[in-house]
Amino acid sequence: MNIRRLFLIAVPYLWLGALFLVPFIIVLKISLSDAAISIPPYTPTLDFSGGWEALKQFFSKLDIENYVFLTEDDLYWKAYASSLKIAIISTLATLVVGFPIAYGMARASDEWRPTLMMLVILPFWTSFLIRVYAWIGILSTEGFLNQFLMWIGVINEPLSIMNTELAVYIGIVYTYLPFMVLPIYSTLEKMDASLLEAAEDLGCTRTSSFWLVTIPLSRPGMIAGCFLVFIPALGEFVIPSLLGGSQTLMIGKVLWEEFFNNRDWPVASSVAVILLLLLVIPIILFQRNEEKNKELEL
Amino acid sequence: MAQQKSETVFAPWDDPDQKPIIQFKSVTKRFGSFTAIDNIDLDIFEREFFALLGPSGCGKTTLMRMLAGFETPTEGTILLEGKDIAKVPPNKRAVNMMFQSYALFPHLTVYDNIAFGLKRSDMPKSEIAGRVEEMLTLVKLNKFAARKPHQISGGQRQRVALARSLAKAPKLLLLDEPLGALDKKLRQETQFELMDIQEKTGTTFVIVTHDQEEAMTVASRVAVMDEGKLVQVATPAQIYETPNSVYVADFIGEVKIIEGTATPLGDDRYEIQWAEGQPAIRAACSTPLTAGSRVFYAIRPEKVAITAERPKDAANAVKGRILDIAYLGNISTYHVELPDGQSIKAQTANNRRLARRSFTWEDTVWLSWTDTAGVVLTS
Ligand SMILES: Nc1ncnc2c1ncn2[C@@H]1O[C@H](COP(=O)(O)OP(=O)(O)O)[C@@H](O)[C@H]1O
Ligand SMILES: [Mg+2]
Repeated sequence: MNIRRLFLIAVPYLWLGALFLVPFIIVLKISLSDAAISIPPYTPTLDFSGGWEALKQFFSKLDIENYVFLTEDDLYWKAYASSLKIAIISTLATLVVGFPIAYGMARASDEWRPTLMMLVILPFWTSFLIRVYAWIGILSTEGFLNQFLMWIGVINEPLSIMNTELAVYIGIVYTYLPFMVLPIYSTLEKMDASLLEAAEDLGCTRTSSFWLVTIPLSRPGMIAGCFLVFIPALGEFVIPSLLGGSQTLMIGKVLWEEFFNNRDWPVASSVAVILLLLLVIPIILFQRNEEKNKELEL
Repeated sequence: MAQQKSETVFAPWDDPDQKPIIQFKSVTKRFGSFTAIDNIDLDIFEREFFALLGPSGCGKTTLMRMLAGFETPTEGTILLEGKDIAKVPPNKRAVNMMFQSYALFPHLTVYDNIAFGLKRSDMPKSEIAGRVEEMLTLVKLNKFAARKPHQISGGQRQRVALARSLAKAPKLLLLDEPLGALDKKLRQETQFELMDIQEKTGTTFVIVTHDQEEAMTVASRVAVMDEGKLVQVATPAQIYETPNSVYVADFIGEVKIIEGTATPLGDDRYEIQWAEGQPAIRAACSTPLTAGSRVFYAIRPEKVAITAERPKDAANAVKGRILDIAYLGNISTYHVELPDGQSIKAQTANNRRLARRSFTWEDTVWLSWTDTAGVVLTS
């Protein structure tokens, strides 16, 4: 009985330990190492055969000089700042696009809702990479969008959207839209319709009841959606490198270049550790928001 | 002063000079091909506590929602103080509604819920706090002003909803099954609180209920509804003592309906033949009936006396055997079976201790009642 309970409690911890904690410790360790031309490309490496002395020597060789290096080269600061900016702007853009969609879904008649829900989830059934490539086909100079706009005569010269930050925003909004729509939809759908009638009964117009009742009541959903978009967008790599071109600076790209172009694993690891620390703050805030909502529902 | 005395009986519906605050004129409401409200005419007067009573689905909520402005009549007009309100949106009506689900705003405190309507009105900011305090005092919730709805009990929530709908001092307050979620004891307390508040504020109340006891307790007049129609609109006493149909008699309280044929005896008296070998029932009925017409005779258990011997001067008396006794504390109900298999109930007050009760199971007894005890109905 007790062993079974212990086992049940242990499983999630083992899972977290094996798939999160151990990899994190490995990355942390690499970030404290020095780059080297060897396999693996860093020193020191852990060798248990040398006994206690070797272990002591191993630890004495670890230092924080990679982190010091990050503060010295302003490329990294700029990359973090630019990632933060892109993540914030695209999160807000996703909110602006996602809220009306969620609102429309929640207001749709019962027979339409499953279909609309399907349409929101449908893109997940295709490879993410293919969908981002598809956007290249739409946004490029000879792409569908430019051809269409020139055909209807809105523009004479093709717009250059590809390889700009705008393309990155479009890509992020498109990719993460379901993460915004679904939590907002679930709060709106739960909302008692008689609340809006009560607001009207007490003197609200349709518009003011929307701002005074619908918006505050869907706020938990909006907050959840924003975190669900912001957290992955901050470290996004595929979208900026495929759509953003060389001008777009994002920390995910820097990370990739450090790993694969420079083969500087220790610096790349320290970039990753800082990114993780940056993400811990919004993740904790997100958890708090979720817990508060649960309390409200009880 | 002397004038006030003559006004002690509140019955504006009997006074042709009184103008009703609400008038329904041939109002019909259809949802698609379904008729929810069927050609209703109804007047409700100022300061009335008006109850809509009927089984679930008979159209009570629909009637209320038309008053609040959430539904528009398909045909006919509704007048509020003589003015057609068809074009007036809900937020412009001097009508407030207390919702069946309370519909309290979960993100606002008790205080802000009550202040919600006031902030949307043209009341100056400086007066709002005072008015909210007044409402909190009225429903005895001052201590809970800072709580959110999920932090208070069901009964308290219901009082917040009431305070919120009263805060704007509406001409008309609509209450849709306001006490449905409360347990019996709290419900009875709240009924008296409601009557008290209605008296204090002088607001016209229209209450929806499917609980006949509740309607009888709180209302100045009751409208009994059935499938979108008003069957009878009258005071609780009239509804109980002189129902106009078998439906109303059956809906309100306990009643035995006896079918028979009427024979006029003259002077508004009739004899009703109802079973082989039983003496005809003698009954008074002010509406004229032709000889041989089919009638329903409704008699309530508390009007039937139970005795061991045949009472000498009773207008109606039948002999039977006690089948069952239901002891309800303050009263006992005897189910008495007649020789032809029909059963009639008789109720007596238990002002003696149980051990000294005079009848028991299988006793042969006489049931008797006067000629005005029952009601003769034609439908
Ligand atoms: N919006 C609507 N659409 C279709 N039918 C409705 C609608 N509202 C009410 N009804 C129907 O009208 C009838 C009366 O409903 P309601 O007024 O809610 O009854 P009650 O409050 O007396 O239980 C019910 O049969 C209900 O199904
Ligand atoms: Mg109802």
